[in-house]
Amino acid sequence: MRSVLRVSPLPLATLVVLLLGVSLPFVSSGYVLGLLTVAFYTAVFAMSWDLLFGFAGEVNFGPTFLIGLGAYTAGILDARLAPHVAIWVCVLAGAVMAVVGGVLLALPALRVRGPYFGLVTLVAVLILQNVVVVFASLTGGEIGLSVPDVMSISASTNYWIAFGFMVVSGAVLFGLSRSPIGLVLEASGQDAVQAGALGFNVAKHKLFAFIVSAFFSGLAGALMVFYMGTASVSTFIDISVGVQIIIAAVLGGRRTVIGAAIGAVFLIGMGELLRPLGELATLLVSVMALFVVLFFPDGFLGMLQGRSRGG
Amino acid sequence: MLVWQILIDGFAISALYALGATGFTLIFGVSGVLNLSHGAIMVASAVAAWAIAGSLHAGAYASALGGMAVGVVLAFATYFIAVRPIQRSRRIAEAEKEIFILTTTLLWGIILQEAVAYFFTSNAKTVLPIVEGVVRVLGVRTPSNEFFTALICWVAIGLLWLLVNKTRHGKEVLAASMNPRGVTLLGIELSRIHIAVWLVYGVLASLAGVLLGMFLGVSSYSVGPLTASAFSIVVLGGLGSVSGSLVAAYVVGYLETLTAYLISPAYRTIPALLLLVVVMYLRPQGLFGRR
Repeated sequence: MRSVLRVSPLPLATLVVLLLGVSLPFVSSGYVLGLLTVAFYTAVFAMSWDLLFGFAGEVNFGPTFLIGLGAYTAGILDARLAPHVAIWVCVLAGAVMAVVGGVLLALPALRVRGPYFGLVTLVAVLILQNVVVVFASLTGGEIGLSVPDVMSISASTNYWIAFGFMVVSGAVLFGLSRSPIGLVLEASGQDAVQAGALGFNVAKHKLFAFIVSAFFSGLAGALMVFYMGTASVSTFIDISVGVQIIIAAVLGGRRTVIGAAIGAVFLIGMGELLRPLGELATLLVSVMALFVVLFFPDGFLGMLQGRSRGG
Repeated sequence: MLVWQILIDGFAISALYALGATGFTLIFGVSGVLNLSHGAIMVASAVAAWAIAGSLHAGAYASALGGMAVGVVLAFATYFIAVRPIQRSRRIAEAEKEIFILTTTLLWGIILQEAVAYFFTSNAKTVLPIVEGVVRVLGVRTPSNEFFTALICWVAIGLLWLLVNKTRHGKEVLAASMNPRGVTLLGIELSRIHIAVWLVYGVLASLAGVLLGMFLGVSSYSVGPLTASAFSIVVLGGLGSVSGSLVAAYVVGYLETLTAYLISPAYRTIPALLLLVVVMYLRPQGLFGRR
């Protein structure tokens, strides 16, 4: 009897969330589905960021560098070669390009640390943003790039694709973080010298983390382009988008992967709930986020764990 | 003609960059804090000066001073709301405090930025200039305000140098940046030094903000670029090295002005960004940084 009660609530909760998630389109309006579709892609952005920061300990201010590379590669390919190339080829190309970007970003990460690396990632975003604006004939510049193909015009289908993608990415990233590789990453994030002294190849593991994070960020970015039908700097590259991803991950709880997804859905949902307040919305969301970070540094998941441990 | 124009414009812009970056690097040198709400404090001070001039019909000097007072208050608020609670927290691991302070100051900056946008709209605002009119120097028509800006920036930087190197309190600050533990052993309270440094920072950042507001104008959209430019100048010069920041400010300022005049204003920031990437690859500690 007691052993039944002791079963961790996690698998059950996961099952309930999965069932609720899958069946939502049958009861919910297109408006809510559209909102959640965006939230799910943002969740993948935040989870990929958490793998790099929470585990590998890399202060990455530029998640949108990887996302933007994926989104724009996919978008430009489709816009140029529309009927001849299938959507999935474009999406894959976007993911590959993001991985290339991830490797480029990993090179300085192996040399410089902390704030220095943070600045490199910030600069990478600014350069990408400038490139998009300068090569406007190819990228659509500041107006944005419109893509001839979309994945689906049905809100439910788009929702299911995004939900499935988030669940699969979440499972892979979560599994990875709980695997020996995740442990080595966490160790090298906390003390690279000691991890190296224990015989682990820190550089190889970090490079791997960058590649995985870039792959999922790029894939999510590319998929989101084909959901929205457009790619623009303000939705995929701008620093404020990256800031939102970072806040989502920290808010949900670092080093949890799943927390990042919860944080992302919360942020997007909250932003929408408060939309009637106009410009006050961002202000209130930021105040809430600051409050959580100051008083519950382990985020939402940390709050839950703290409560269950205390009770 | 063009050469002189580039030299004069570049000098004024760079002086402003230098002043903004000095405060940023001072805080980092003494307490290891990278204050990502830097741009927001600059913009808020400028907007406060603008609002005081507009609603109270105050003169140029009074509104500039009022704006600076608001900036100093905001700098203290940053310290007490976003920095100190994290530094003192026992629940956050020592190794993670850096990223936590980056996150909280970033959030605090967004809060300030959105508050400015909400109460004063996000339109560009120009602060009432203290010096008006245009002068011809070396065949270039230049607003007198541009010279005034450069002059004030250099006076402020000079005063800071005197304060740090020639006064007792300044030497305490300098010592704290070299070895905080040693300073505590000498019986000097570290928290008092931190408060003094944030006060100096508030004065420098708000002065830079108000001058920027007179020179080019500010809006809530300038918050991000201002923080990014201060951050990159400071890293380019070497974190914690004030003289390095001054040199880097001039390198970046002239590079931007040259690009704007000779190539196109649209490409203004690109060469400086590329330079930064190159320096990060070849000399990660910055031009004058020591590891």
